Amino acid sequence: MKLIGEKGVQRILSFTAFSALTALMLIALFIINEGLPFIFKYGIINFLSSSDWRPQSGMFGIFPMVMATLWVTFGAMVIGAPLGVAGAVFLSEFVPRPVMRIIKPIIELLAAIPSVVYGFIGVMVLAPFIRSYMGGAGLSVLAGSIILGIMILPTIISISIDSIMAVPQSYREGSLALGATTWQTTHMVTIRAAKSGIIASIILAIGRAIGETMAVIMVAGNSVKIPHSVLDSVRTLTANIALEMSYATGLHRQALFATGVVLFVVIIILNSIASLAIRKKIAKK
Amino acid sequence: MRIPPRYTQRAAMTVLGGATFLTLVILVFIIVFVFEKGLPVISFNFLFSNSEDMGRAGGIFPTLIGSLLLPLLAIIIATPLGICTSVYLTEYTRESRMTRVIRFGTDCLAGIPSIIFGLFGFIFFVTTLGMGWSILSGGLTLAFMILPTIIRTSEEAIKAVPTSYRQVSYSLGATRWQTVKKVILPNALPGILTGVMLGIGRSIGETAAVIFTAGSSLRLPGSIFDSTRTMAVHFYILAREGISSENAYGTAATLIIAVLLVNLTAYWLMHLFISKRS
Amino acid sequence: MNSNKFDIQGLSVYFQKEQLLRSIYLKVPLHKILGIIGPAGSGKTTFLRALNRMNDLEYGLVVRGLVLFDGEDIYRPEYDVVALRKRVGMVFALPVPLPMSIYDNIVYGPRLAGINEKSRLDVLVEKSLKAAFLWDEVKDRLKTSGMRLSGGQQQRLCLARVLAMEPDVVLLDEPCSGLDPISTAKIEEALTELKKEYTIILVTNNTKQAARISDITAFFLMAELIEFGPTEIIFTAPRDKRTNDYITGRFG
Repeated sequence: MKLIGEKGVQRILSFTAFSALTALMLIALFIINEGLPFIFKYGIINFLSSSDWRPQSGMFGIFPMVMATLWVTFGAMVIGAPLGVAGAVFLSEFVPRPVMRIIKPIIELLAAIPSVVYGFIGVMVLAPFIRSYMGGAGLSVLAGSIILGIMILPTIISISIDSIMAVPQSYREGSLALGATTWQTTHMVTIRAAKSGIIASIILAIGRAIGETMAVIMVAGNSVKIPHSVLDSVRTLTANIALEMSYATGLHRQALFATGVVLFVVIIILNSIASLAIRKKIAKK
Repeated sequence: MRIPPRYTQRAAMTVLGGATFLTLVILVFIIVFVFEKGLPVISFNFLFSNSEDMGRAGGIFPTLIGSLLLPLLAIIIATPLGICTSVYLTEYTRESRMTRVIRFGTDCLAGIPSIIFGLFGFIFFVTTLGMGWSILSGGLTLAFMILPTIIRTSEEAIKAVPTSYRQVSYSLGATRWQTVKKVILPNALPGILTGVMLGIGRSIGETAAVIFTAGSSLRLPGSIFDSTRTMAVHFYILAREGISSENAYGTAATLIIAVLLVNLTAYWLMHLFISKRS
Repeated sequence: MNSNKFDIQGLSVYFQKEQLLRSIYLKVPLHKILGIIGPAGSGKTTFLRALNRMNDLEYGLVVRGLVLFDGEDIYRPEYDVVALRKRVGMVFALPVPLPMSIYDNIVYGPRLAGINEKSRLDVLVEKSLKAAFLWDEVKDRLKTSGMRLSGGQQQRLCLARVLAMEPDVVLLDEPCSGLDPISTAKIEEALTELKKEYTIILVTNNTKQAARISDITAFFLMAELIEFGPTEIIFTAPRDKRTNDYITGRFG
């Protein structure tokens, strides 16, 4: 190291840092560059609101896919958020610490299971079940929501537990000393204090659900149709990109990039909301 | 009518406990389901012989290689870049609007769906740069996908090193790089390694970004310019096409075991470092 | 030859709009213990950290005036800060053992300076631990973690760590504030021995400690140096009424 010296090390580090950050920025710019011209040419309103997705005829309305993503993601949240938060609350407030310390890593390990496996279970177990007991093709919004909801559970549980554990013990003790039960303390004091962390976890999970591709392709059906019931088969924005990418050319390909830009923007908005929620918590302290 | 608190407490515990139990049952069911049909399929032959008949028969050895090489390449590229970037951002620059913007940017990039990285990799590496479907294209794409995560987790780990350690080091006449090398990095290592392990785990399970950049060739790759198929991609193809559900289960079980091993190693490493320090 | 290790002329330190030190004039003689007393917030720690340029680590601090160390201005742009800190060591208020073995803690500094032969390092470790009055208690467990020691032992470890650099000056910032009376006594005993070879500057919020071991005492109040001189005189016949009030406990 004497050969390079302090200044040298600093130069190497700054060079690598700038290279890495520049590369990441270039990726973002590349996608925007491929997709934005299409949006200007075709018109953003048309793109988002038209239901005609017929690439061969030059029609690129992604409204059915937008609806599909919204329905499936909303469904995932309806299933995953209450289950996840309930689980997190139970594990941190009503279960002895040592037990929680074992269960939490196990749940986090389950988060590492690849999405294709979840999709597979959806196809082999869930879809036939829905088909037999509820009708429709089985591969549906419902199947997608349930599978996605399960996939985001570990995220919500893990981060919510962290937020709840971060609430100072003195809050709980103050409440209990006034004669409150554990549940009263939990819902009137602890959860309120951990609120922003829990919300951030849900927003993060929504982001993951929106971006999920493989599992959704396997269980949601993939037909380009505006959903009217949860048993309908749908194609999300991500599925659309994946299914058409390998043979799309020209304007078609640009349309797929434009879809990517839309997803990009949505993620950025979600991230901003999440970090605002966290910043509000820090400011309140 | 006001319900006495002890009843609401009991009701709450039942509901919450039920929800937790349901969650755990579902998650355990998934593993059991795959392992029940998949574990019996796994044998030495299965793991180490080549695929026959487009995957309908034979083993999954080429995909094992693929699942090994792609994350390896991704980590080799992303880890040094990520650590250098986070060290530079935390130790060599001041907290300013610029660093906050960079942090927000890396957070956003960490949340970008993998299919978009796949799209980028396909257009940029495979097509424009002409690398074709190859380990190189796949590895580069994966590297950029996990880079933001590594930067963020490394940054958190470095920031968690107590300021007093830095003060002590400087007061003993250390230079900035000496402090980083001898005090900060060793203490931040558990956190950094966790981020790297998470990156590996994610790369092994990744399908969308890989299938469009590394392709899906079942031949054993001879160089990094050859296409390869990972276990995740193989499993997806087998499942989707309905070919040999037996091999599908086997591949899924192997895949899950691989991912679990990586994560368990991460926990074990973290445990090791934390106990060594205190 | 100038027998003053430090010659401080008109030192002022500003942080944004606030002035933390107002034009301090002070000479620190060789091989003596200088005790710095004063209430919280009077600038004692800022002053101490100005002497080994630890203030550089804080963003936004502005330093004016001259701080001469062995006749050289340490705030000169080309001055080698790293070398300065090797000759002017510092013990902080809270013991901060690095997360390594006792042995590695002590040799951390010397290794940075390039000393690597085990024999030399072993000698250094024994010498420093003895000088810090810690050797007997830890000589059989040098490879165990420094974090397992008690508070008083950890602080003596930090002192030994500084001594291993073989500095000229040792700065101590309220080193005994968190320690029990026995550990405090051991550190005071160590310092009294050490002044034969080193120059010691000790910031303390305990006036009795200053009375016990320092040769010279300086009284800081609200960013100013009110008075300084031989300890007996400061404590028996101070010139300034404020010094007297502080020493007799009327405030602070």
